[in-house]
Amino acid sequence: MTTTFSELEITADEIPHDGHISELSLMWRAFRSDPLAVLSLVILLIFIFGAIFAPFLTPYAAQGQGDPNILEKFNPPSKAHLLGTDYLGRDVLARIFYGGRSSLSIGFLVVFVAVLIGVPLGAIAGFYGGWIDNLLMRITDIFLAFPPLLLAIALAAALGPSFTNTMIAISFTWWPWYARLVRAQTISLKERSFIEAARSIGVPSWKIILTHVLPNVMTPVMVQATMDLGSAILVGASISFIGLGVQPPTADWGTMISVGRIYFLERPWYAGSAGAAIFLVVLAFNLLGDALRDAADPRTRRSVSAGR
Amino acid sequence: MQRFDYILKRLVMALFVLLSVSFFTFIIARVVPSDPAAAWVGPHPTREQIEKATIELGLDKPLTTQYLRYMDGIIKGDLGTSITTRQPILTDVRTFLPATLELVIAGMLIAIVIGIPLGVFSGAYRGSWLDHLTRLVSIAGVSMPAFLFGLLLQLLFFRYLGLLPLGARISTEVSLFNPIETITGIYLLDSALTGNWVAFQDALKHIILPAVALATYPVGLAIRMTRSTIIEVLSEKYIMAAKVSGIRQRTIFFVLALKNAIVPTLNALGLAFVYSLTGAILIEIIFSWPGLGTYITNAVLSVDFPVIVSVTLVMTVFYILINLLLDIIQAIIDPRVTLQ
Repeated sequence: MTTTFSELEITADEIPHDGHISELSLMWRAFRSDPLAVLSLVILLIFIFGAIFAPFLTPYAAQGQGDPNILEKFNPPSKAHLLGTDYLGRDVLARIFYGGRSSLSIGFLVVFVAVLIGVPLGAIAGFYGGWIDNLLMRITDIFLAFPPLLLAIALAAALGPSFTNTMIAISFTWWPWYARLVRAQTISLKERSFIEAARSIGVPSWKIILTHVLPNVMTPVMVQATMDLGSAILVGASISFIGLGVQPPTADWGTMISVGRIYFLERPWYAGSAGAAIFLVVLAFNLLGDALRDAADPRTRRSVSAGR
Repeated sequence: MQRFDYILKRLVMALFVLLSVSFFTFIIARVVPSDPAAAWVGPHPTREQIEKATIELGLDKPLTTQYLRYMDGIIKGDLGTSITTRQPILTDVRTFLPATLELVIAGMLIAIVIGIPLGVFSGAYRGSWLDHLTRLVSIAGVSMPAFLFGLLLQLLFFRYLGLLPLGARISTEVSLFNPIETITGIYLLDSALTGNWVAFQDALKHIILPAVALATYPVGLAIRMTRSTIIEVLSEKYIMAAKVSGIRQRTIFFVLALKNAIVPTLNALGLAFVYSLTGAILIEIIFSWPGLGTYITNAVLSVDFPVIVSVTLVMTVFYILINLLLDIIQAIIDPRVTLQ
């Protein structure tokens, strides 16, 4: 397992003149050498592409948006309908493309909001310490005391079923994880000499947090966020599955399973396709998150490139 | 002494969290919904009905008074009344909780029996084909929506093979001709205790599919966490020292390494339990399992807030107590955790 930088296949002309190889380019190299990670990235790009360009990819755009087509109810997969049709005769593939819009954006929005709330609070708690830290951490304790999916269900139920409310409910239960992660990182950073130096020359605390702390916690936050995208999509689908999330006729993978499960034993293609979409996307995010974590960690980076 | 202090501190923390959680659920029940009184009356309420319900529910009192009344009820074991069934919620919870616990325990057992040994092997033989296969299984496990896996199991074992029942806890014939005498409410336990083997067999057949579906995530989690624990422990200096001094591989592994992997593994199990508890909500829908999950889902669909909040509270209390118990066990097994 003894490997050197040469096994990362960096050729001489790729090394900048000052001889410094950036952390990011090392990460990218380690990442690129992992076939599963690249495959996951491709799968994700296909689904994201499908969601964005849905109207151009399917001849059944209106059905994808919810128009019924009663005459062709429950058609099994065929040339005209690659994944068959659903209980209202709509093309399932078109519904998958359009469903990606709500299912994927729930995941992205939840993680975005959670990072937006959790990261600053975690940095503040870790940097200032004392009573601010105590207060903020006790609040995260309370949030983390709830079983994760349950609090989101109760909140979504209280707010009323809709896309936005589901997003709010899940984000609300998610930010404490980032607050904890960033707080721990900040505390260890605080002891480092470059931050002490900035303090000693009188740089104000908010400026230190912005220019020194936040950039340095971004790598672990990014890795965590990638892994969480999959879980957030899964939780979003679960809430739609219960009937609280995106409401018909808007397409959504969780809602498709929720409605399709009644017909599943006789006509599995409808709920099955939506389930496969969720599974593939979540799997891809998990694999991608694992690969990013390994690529970000200098200790595992070498063993990754040594071929596993 | 330090250990005792630590446990005391954890108890105080748990009490604080319990109080806060009760406050939080109160907010969700009374403040977030636009009009709880209207929800209480039902669809198309008249103004008089709403006013009457407002007084009946004490919603005209200040929030602090409302909270104290609510807490008073909880302490006396009164969780309120369901809007849809008009039954005391505590009665309903008593009926449904054992069903959920039975399912969760069965799922956990599957997760432990499959997940932990696979994780240990995978970590011990890192890089082997077994390791690769196991990692694939674990990552598929944590990525698979449990409700999808449940549906696929039904398709295979009920529709195509006809081996196992589609759902419910017990067949109607069995519940009529060989009824289970209720002792704990956990069917497998009660039927075994009373020697009712016909019912035991039937209940066992019914629990297999939902328990396996519920175990997908915990199995994946247990494999991942056990594997990384074993890898970490095996790279510790004392293991290297043992290797250098020529102690047999087997002794190193089973005597030195596994012992120190117990605490993190317990943690993994705690996490697995939590996911099973909430995962059961989704699995119960698929398998028409009459537990808390089905209860809360029906409540969600009929906007029955008192039930939603009470079930949330009951499950959260369970969760907090399990975590507390795990922390205490850890402190007893491994005194190092008390130093943090």
